[in-house]
Amino acid sequence: MAQLEEVSIDQFKHLVSERAITGETMLLNMGPQHPSTHGVLRLLLELDGETIVNAIPDIGYLHTGIEKNMEAKTYLKAEVMSDRLDYMNNLGNNLVYCMAVEKLVDLDVPERALGLRVILTELERINSHLVWVGTFGLDLAAMSMFLYAFREREMILDIKELISGQRMMTTYFRPGGVWRDVPIEFEAAVRNFIKLFPKRIDEYEALLTKNPLFLDRLLGIGKLTPEVALQHGVTGPMLRASGVNWDLRKVRPYMGYDQYDFNVPVRTEGDTYARYIVRIEEMRESLKIVEQALNKLPLGPVRSDNRKFVPPPRSELGVSMEALIHHFKLWTEGFPAPDASVYQAVESPRGELGVLLAGDGGAKPRRCHWRTPSFDNLSVLPKIVKGHLVADLVAILASVDIVLGDIDR
Amino acid sequence: MDKKLETIIPALHENFNTNYEEFRGEVHVFVTAKNIISVLTLLRDKYDFELLSAMTAVDYWPQLSPRFHVIYQLTSLAKNLSLQLRVPLENGDPHIPTATRVYEVANWRERELRDMFGIIPDGHPDLRILLLPEGWEDKHPLRRDFPLGYEEVQFTFNFDEIDLRKPYAKE
Repeated sequence: MAQLEEVSIDQFKHLVSERAITGETMLLNMGPQHPSTHGVLRLLLELDGETIVNAIPDIGYLHTGIEKNMEAKTYLKAEVMSDRLDYMNNLGNNLVYCMAVEKLVDLDVPERALGLRVILTELERINSHLVWVGTFGLDLAAMSMFLYAFREREMILDIKELISGQRMMTTYFRPGGVWRDVPIEFEAAVRNFIKLFPKRIDEYEALLTKNPLFLDRLLGIGKLTPEVALQHGVTGPMLRASGVNWDLRKVRPYMGYDQYDFNVPVRTEGDTYARYIVRIEEMRESLKIVEQALNKLPLGPVRSDNRKFVPPPRSELGVSMEALIHHFKLWTEGFPAPDASVYQAVESPRGELGVLLAGDGGAKPRRCHWRTPSFDNLSVLPKIVKGHLVADLVAILASVDIVLGDIDR
Repeated sequence: MDKKLETIIPALHENFNTNYEEFRGEVHVFVTAKNIISVLTLLRDKYDFELLSAMTAVDYWPQLSPRFHVIYQLTSLAKNLSLQLRVPLENGDPHIPTATRVYEVANWRERELRDMFGIIPDGHPDLRILLLPEGWEDKHPLRRDFPLGYEEVQFTFNFDEIDLRKPYAKE
């Protein structure tokens, strides 16, 4: 490892204006320990007074080599790494990874598992948006918002704890289905949440949506046009707030999303306020999906019975020799996948979450690339903060909804 | 294959002599590094592929020719289509022309490729290190011949021997 390098302005000559070279504007570091950077993001700002002339994001402080680590594990064991990428959307990451593995080895998933997956990923979407709306309020000095949002998030974490014993990194979805069936208390817990939550969203809206201080900070700030958004690969609520109706759950229905009746909220303003409205509406729509999925959740197995890929249930191990052999083979050697590659994408709370999974004919992936939405959404930041004040930068950055674990991988 | 792709694939073959593979309904078109920018521009302007969803590489080591595939995952919102382009690259000194002028999202993705695979995007406007630490030497962690890294286990009989070469701070 090289020694610490001395940084000079020459490195950034092509990114800052002429006036920074002459010393007329100021270069200022924001982060990586700044509380409103939502993790460890460093921004190098070029300021003219308090107006932002240029912003240069510097990422990589949370790079953990997850993609490399996954190459050294079997398909079943690599899944635990996926929870750790986007730590606000653990189940969504499990989902896309499992779907990629299922596509690669051509594995079917039973109906009940699909229903459970839909319920839980939509709850996870609400969970992620709750954390977002809480920290968004916090960044805009609406401190109480944070406490209310985390109160409801607690209910979702309790549901996750109920089904898996873990509150965040559950690894509950597995290739071929889910880990095991939900306990009997699950339905009541989810119904309780469905009953309570709409009123709570109304409360959040009463606090924020028409609050004049809130509106002053948001309206017309950080405008993003659809053309710039697509050029920068922006997806998810950010793209929909700019007037592009693109939601993978609607346009390429996976996991039976076509059976559910829900709307895709779209706004055309493209500013920070539009992104807020889109996310609030998305929470209501997700709740609709959860309710429908729970009402029609079929009974039956929750795991595929293809024993070449899915471990047998524990109860069979004592009575069946084949089950014991399969169990042993799957947990030591793993299953082989073809020497080919697939790309699977789903709509995560932040946008298109994709996995490019390449097998090499053996039990470990050759490559597992994560197309993470925060990475591309952040890359548009320098474009949308120009000309705004430093205080607006905080609002814009919060409205992008970045998760640094998702960016740095 | 999607019906809507059936006009695009022959057009690419005619103009750029590309071939394609199909796997689980996905179409992978193989393009040479020389043609990739023209193909991307054509797909964006004529066939409405507005979004470069993902861009990455796969290392096929120990196979050396071609060793890498650079992958462009394109999405068309207007037609609801996906298409994957693959650029095979040889071992040694892999270069691709930069796609930042066609899709700006390629800017960071190509910097990541340089960090992780040592694939150099020619003509890139801002080729600084992105994810790895500043001053990282010329090693590329996502290449298959880069070791994952581990700590050697010390036993009583070889404790001192391993201790000598162990990389931690000494007085």
